[in-house]
Amino acid sequence: MKELLLIAIGSALVNNVVLSQFLGICPFLGVSKNVKTAAGMGGAVVFVITIASFVASVIYKFILVPTGFEYLQTIVFILVIAALVQFVEMFLKKAMPPLYNALGVYLPLITTNCAVLGVALTNVQKSYGILESVVNGIAVAVGFLVAIVLMAGIREKTEHNDIPKAFQGTPIVLVTAGLMAIAFFGFSGLI
Amino acid sequence: MVNKYMERLYNGLVKENPTFVLMLGMCPTLAVTTSAINGVGMGLSTTVVLVLSNMLISMLRKIIPNSVRVPAFIVVVASFVTIVQFLMEGFVPSLYDSLGIYIPLIVVNCIILGRAESYASKNPVVLSIMDGIGMGLGFTVGLTAIGFVRELIGAGTVFGFRVMPEAYEPLTIFILAPGAFFVLAALTALQNVFKNRAKTKGAAVNGAGAECAGGTGCEACASRETCGGKMVFSGMTEQEKGGEAK
Repeated sequence: MKELLLIAIGSALVNNVVLSQFLGICPFLGVSKNVKTAAGMGGAVVFVITIASFVASVIYKFILVPTGFEYLQTIVFILVIAALVQFVEMFLKKAMPPLYNALGVYLPLITTNCAVLGVALTNVQKSYGILESVVNGIAVAVGFLVAIVLMAGIREKTEHNDIPKAFQGTPIVLVTAGLMAIAFFGFSGLI
Repeated sequence: MVNKYMERLYNGLVKENPTFVLMLGMCPTLAVTTSAINGVGMGLSTTVVLVLSNMLISMLRKIIPNSVRVPAFIVVVASFVTIVQFLMEGFVPSLYDSLGIYIPLIVVNCIILGRAESYASKNPVVLSIMDGIGMGLGFTVGLTAIGFVRELIGAGTVFGFRVMPEAYEPLTIFILAPGAFFVLAALTALQNVFKNRAKTKGAAVNGAGAECAGGTGCEACASRETCGGKMVFSGMTEQEKGGEAK
């Protein structure tokens, strides 16, 4: 139990997926203009990463390892993730329309979110079991959610600030991200 | 004939530079550029994958059915990434260790799928290869530039050689995570400055072109060849301006 908690805190805060691992930068910069869409994107990512890390580690443990095809992990994982995202989208559309309406537009974007594949590969690299993989997946995704919502909050506040002309647009967002990354260094004392 | 191929290289290196202009592939751009050598390594491995996948996808462009093209592209890219990964593990283990998980993540690098979808799936093989080389080198230049700055400020070295005087106290934060964001912010801000300047200069360049032709701008200009070939920067501003006007 203690180990799981350490994995969770480590992945969510200390080694934050966006601010220290640099995975999922594209949606982090692209979909963080306001808190509502950021939360939607974050929610969709939590959903997909949790399922994907479970499915990927099951496939790795029960199919790839027994058959000796571990070296195909990259190909298998990316296909599984792409298929899974499609499947989740169809399932949500049929079974849970309100959730689909909230997350729908963000789901197709997630296939190209490197955080999903990144988590699946890290789980294998650190030889996590299935339970640990899922916990790690949830924690990483929550870290993403926290980072993107905070970012959107800051961007909403700074929208009308008087920013030097050269720094308008992407540069100021990157500076903000850098400051957030410094702030997240504060968590490194936690574990 | 040659020009068409050189144009692809130029396009990838300058006009549509994936790092500074298109802002694609941000994850590896920020993550592995702690030193110039890492930037070069990541850039070149991405280039290899990009060239090979562009080549194969261009060869298969008439065979792959349109409806399943994206999964097919992903399989092609992922196969090449796996090959590159093993080659690196075998021949440059030190680089393999320092790039770590970001090598398999080349699969989801938007540059590669982007080029496959927007260029290689519609164009002949040799042009696609040139496009891959151009884009890949553009990416390599971008990564190396960022790695260079971070390594210089953060460790006082360039490609592992000490260049700063002994008295220089390295600002370690630049090789840590926040430094990546700050350096990229500074470089994009710099690029914004040039863009703004080019916008104001664009008008003057257009005027000169019109004068030289005595009429309809660059199309009828006698020295169009030199204009398109050598005076690359004025050519670019003009095109940019054209884009703005539309």
